Amino acid sequence: MTTTREPGSDLPLQKQERVVIRFAGDSGDGMQITGNQFTSTSAAVGNDLATLPDFPAEIRAPAGTRPGVSGFQLCFSSIDIHTPGDNPDVLVAMNPAALVVNIADLKIGGVVIANTGNFTAKDLKKARVEVNPLEDGSLEGYRVIKVDINKRVTEALDGSTLSTKEVQRCKNFYTLGLMYWLYSRPLEPTEEWLRKKFAKRGELAEANITAMRAGFAAGDIHEMFQGRFEVPAAELAPGTYRKIMGNQALALGLISGAELAGLKAFLGSYPITPASSILEVMASFKRHGVVTFQAEDEIAAICAAIGASFTGSLGMTTTSGPGVALKGEAMGLGVCVELPLVIVNVQRGGPSTGLPTKTEQADLLQALFGRNGEAPIPVLAVCSPSDAFDCAIEACRIAVEYMTPVILLSDGYIANGAEPWRLPDIDGLPRFEARFEKPREKGNSRLMPYSRDERSSRPWALPGTAGTEHRVGGLEKEHLSGEISYDAENHEFMILKRQEKVMGIRASIPTPEIRGPRSGDLLILGWGSTYGTIIDAAERCARTGTEGSTLHLRHLWPLPEGLDEIFDRFKAILIPEINLGQLARVLRGEYPHHNFISFPKVQGRPFLSTEIVEKVTDILER
Amino acid sequence: MTETNPLTKKDFKSDQEVRWCPGCGDYAILNAVQAVCARMGIAREDTVFVSGIGCSSRFPYYMSTFGFHTIHGRAPAIATGIKTANPELSVWIVTGDGDGLSIGGNHLAHILRRNVDVNILLFNNQIYGLTKGQYSPTSPVGRRTKTSPMGSIDRPFNPISFALGCNATFVARTYDSNLKHMERTFEAAARHKGASFVEIYQNCVIFNDGCFEDVVDKKVRDDRMIDLVPGEPMIYGKQREKGIKVEGFETNVTGADDASVWDPTLSSSAPAFTMSMMDENPGHPNPVGVFRAVSAPSYDEVSASQVAEAITESGAGTIRDLVYAGETWEVS
Ligand code: SF4
Repeated sequence: MTTTREPGSDLPLQKQERVVIRFAGDSGDGMQITGNQFTSTSAAVGNDLATLPDFPAEIRAPAGTRPGVSGFQLCFSSIDIHTPGDNPDVLVAMNPAALVVNIADLKIGGVVIANTGNFTAKDLKKARVEVNPLEDGSLEGYRVIKVDINKRVTEALDGSTLSTKEVQRCKNFYTLGLMYWLYSRPLEPTEEWLRKKFAKRGELAEANITAMRAGFAAGDIHEMFQGRFEVPAAELAPGTYRKIMGNQALALGLISGAELAGLKAFLGSYPITPASSILEVMASFKRHGVVTFQAEDEIAAICAAIGASFTGSLGMTTTSGPGVALKGEAMGLGVCVELPLVIVNVQRGGPSTGLPTKTEQADLLQALFGRNGEAPIPVLAVCSPSDAFDCAIEACRIAVEYMTPVILLSDGYIANGAEPWRLPDIDGLPRFEARFEKPREKGNSRLMPYSRDERSSRPWALPGTAGTEHRVGGLEKEHLSGEISYDAENHEFMILKRQEKVMGIRASIPTPEIRGPRSGDLLILGWGSTYGTIIDAAERCARTGTEGSTLHLRHLWPLPEGLDEIFDRFKAILIPEINLGQLARVLRGEYPHHNFISFPKVQGRPFLSTEIVEKVTDILER
Repeated sequence: MTETNPLTKKDFKSDQEVRWCPGCGDYAILNAVQAVCARMGIAREDTVFVSGIGCSSRFPYYMSTFGFHTIHGRAPAIATGIKTANPELSVWIVTGDGDGLSIGGNHLAHILRRNVDVNILLFNNQIYGLTKGQYSPTSPVGRRTKTSPMGSIDRPFNPISFALGCNATFVARTYDSNLKHMERTFEAAARHKGASFVEIYQNCVIFNDGCFEDVVDKKVRDDRMIDLVPGEPMIYGKQREKGIKVEGFETNVTGADDASVWDPTLSSSAPAFTMSMMDENPGHPNPVGVFRAVSAPSYDEVSASQVAEAITESGAGTIRDLVYAGETWEVS
């Protein structure tokens, strides 16, 4: 890749291995777009990357205020990385609120790029800042670059036919241009994207491109920086890649999962942050035979999915924690009628409405136990944006092979995070063709809808198949015939059968692999989105000579076989979780003889690698 | 969809012992539905009865078709999934005043406004039967029940007005003591394309015996009930001597000669609303029959056609199309 514009000055070009940038501004400033564009371009030049968008809770909080700050952090590198980075090297602050909300995270000696055009007395007041932080010495220890972006954009677009407001909207592309210059990125991918996005309003595309080029040029002209940087392409495994976000990968996985089962995907869903975009993505894939139903509420969403499964589609429903709470009764119905069903929970901060735009892992116990009666449901968790594709397929497989509802946990961090995805070999994907009952002639033996096969799964007989008419429902079923039964022994038998079926899934799941030494003083055990941070922490530990073994669980119920033996080989098992220790609680119940150390953090954001490193050091030094 | 041998009522009876209280109005409704299924020659295997929770919701177990006894209030949601996933099926919902209008009111409203092609039978007995006698959202003000010892203080729903308010495309009322009327109404509902809503006055002998007696009793019903028949003048009375004349948003009781002709096919539901509330006026009869029958595209049909259109336009998608899309790059 070459840059569009060769450096015009003699500024030195320094190589860097990994850089973390955080773009922060008002929610109307387009920081998500800026961040996404920088991400796409970095992907295109071959960097490894990971992103962490940070949305404000309100769609448009009052402009300039602290609750209105929207952020986007990305880490791009020439080495294999697993997280969007703990502390940014560069903070782009479009206004005072963005600066004060984010400055504490910036690395000591890091760069602040501040848009001075938005640091007027009025702006400071909106951000509830008394003295201008750009002038009171509070930024000592950082390299502060002051640019009046408002003014520069106005100058760059002098003579344009756009309104003043529209001109100011190009600010984020000026900023992006500046960052492209600083990190020697090409402009073409974004130019192309803009031309496509504003195909109907070419003048907007051109204005943004002009602003971006002006920003790029400013890097040279204004000598704001002492040098430029270059982050060479990472050595990724060979293959075809694309940048993918978690919710997008999950949607693609659900559609593929249905196809691998030979079924039509039916998604019943109700919009909820941060899961809505799965419904949006799936609604756009109608040509894959996907049927989406935007229901009147969470309950109707799962009920419609169950109805669809009854007719031979693969019913799915996507939501977040509060939605799962509403779906509880229908999930129990799914357990009773033993039909395939995939329930996706993109977890967010709770309880109640909680922190809708922030991440958390606090719905694990809800997934495992949040139903009335003995209602076992297998549970899996996604560990990274691209893993969502594989996990969704795995959830579909279990649902179809075992005729059961399955809960798939993701979270806000994965949902909105992006990474390069090495595309799978399509022919290598697992196939798990669904089997339906065949029509039966009159006089043939009657269908036993609650008979069971070698997996303890019951037959799937679809409306439309003559001779297989039967009734299902939430009342206890008689073994084999499926008629209503209030018989005491039958009830216990059926409870045990459903339990046995779910536990039997173990036979189809692998024991997870340990990374690092196979035995030792400490194993770091994780599930879900802590994956990248734990790996990163373990690698840091290894670099300083501390042993760092890690294990990550995809299947949370039933737990895979062989865990006991693995735990036996370690003196202690550290479990970092974005909750108060839910997995630790489960494991203590299942494997009471091991030393589990719970490491909780519930702040609505991911762990930092350094936090885990410190904890590990702390434990090992004790 | 039709079988070669003519079907009889018996073909639609399941082998399950019917477990309603002796004398319950549900028996007659079950009979009427089975008769209509036989007469229309619908294939058992293409038919699904979906219910919620309540006395009436045991209905699917007594039919030899496919059946789904779901959870309280949710039958319309499950039925929407069934019909949308497979529009070829004939889907019936059996619900009650508590199931359909209280806990499941939301779903009932939405299935009606979406116009999913299903037939909804709402058994109205103005009481919670299965939980043994608490007032329901259709119990009249003042009705004394176990949970309203001094009389219910809830203003009740008029199920017909409710359905019309949801812009339902077919709305009718019938009653359990008139097999012929039920069969005629059910058949019209089944033939209607789109959501059909039928309220059935149903007697609960145990907890609310005689709740509709002042209207449906043979001795009084000619004078206290009017059957709205599409295209016919609105006439009632022992000698068919009385009529209903519509003037603006008012109805007046007149002689048979002055009766207005009833037309449920008007695009405005305003006249049907007026009819649905006619019995609130003193001296007016209680209306049954067809209140509304208009045609509109059904949800399931349009949903399926969008999928078909997308496939025609861009070809059926494969997993490869899904995955190897967007901006990809090679690493070698
Ligand atoms: S309680 Fe009433 S509605 Fe229920 S079965 Fe008995 S009579 Fe029928």
